[in-house]
Amino acid sequence: MHLQFEIEGGDFSAAGEASSEVKKTLKQLNIPPVLVRRIAVALYEAEVNVVAHAYRGVMEVDISGGGIYVKLKDKGPGIENIDRAMEEGFSTASDKVREMGFGAGMGLPNIKKNCDEMKLTSTPGVGTTLELTINF
Amino acid sequence: MNLNQIIGLCDGEILNETSDIKDFRTAFSSDLMSDVLRWHSDNMILITGLATIQTIRTAEVSGISCIVLARGKKVSDEMLELAKESDIAIITSPASMFEISGKLYENGIRPLY
Repeated sequence: MHLQFEIEGGDFSAAGEASSEVKKTLKQLNIPPVLVRRIAVALYEAEVNVVAHAYRGVMEVDISGGGIYVKLKDKGPGIENIDRAMEEGFSTASDKVREMGFGAGMGLPNIKKNCDEMKLTSTPGVGTTLELTINF
Repeated sequence: MNLNQIIGLCDGEILNETSDIKDFRTAFSSDLMSDVLRWHSDNMILITGLATIQTIRTAEVSGISCIVLARGKKVSDEMLELAKESDIAIITSPASMFEISGKLYENGIRPLY
């Protein structure tokens, strides 16, 4: 099954809608609740990252019998130093993002914790691509 | 602990009911949603001073069915609508996060970790 969602940078009201849709689909597919939650949390943090940092992005989701693969590709400022971005507590988030309850530098570590595989690539000034795999 | 007991203990008002009737046993108090997303329990109460649409979204993603908003925080129509859609109880209390946490702890609600 293939799903695709457009994500608008700066649209905090809509942040999480795509993750929520994926969660509903997984529930309908009778995926165990523990896995559904791990996937939903990882996708939500990733979606908030796009809303918080990028201009726009696309979330592509592929669900098969063996697991879920998600590719989130955004157009935005990109990440200068991925190792630093992965450090717990490091953040470049704006005050607006912090007011929404995020921006404490825990998003990427949270995503990593909930995934079986995570690949983050970025070109400064162009954008960032995040790929996640969670096995069923 | 059921919803009515929570409401009574924190002198709260219920703004949205949930059909997810359960015995709440644990709670997490935080304004930082990334922190909330790190921990999980099926019967957890979220106590927060953060009243934004992302508070409800975090609860939904995380499988939390009861949010207690501290210090009488206002709830927007958009928040209420999402809470209804996601079947999440919203209780608003005039008490602070510290006081709500203390009262619930005193009555048997335990930390998550």
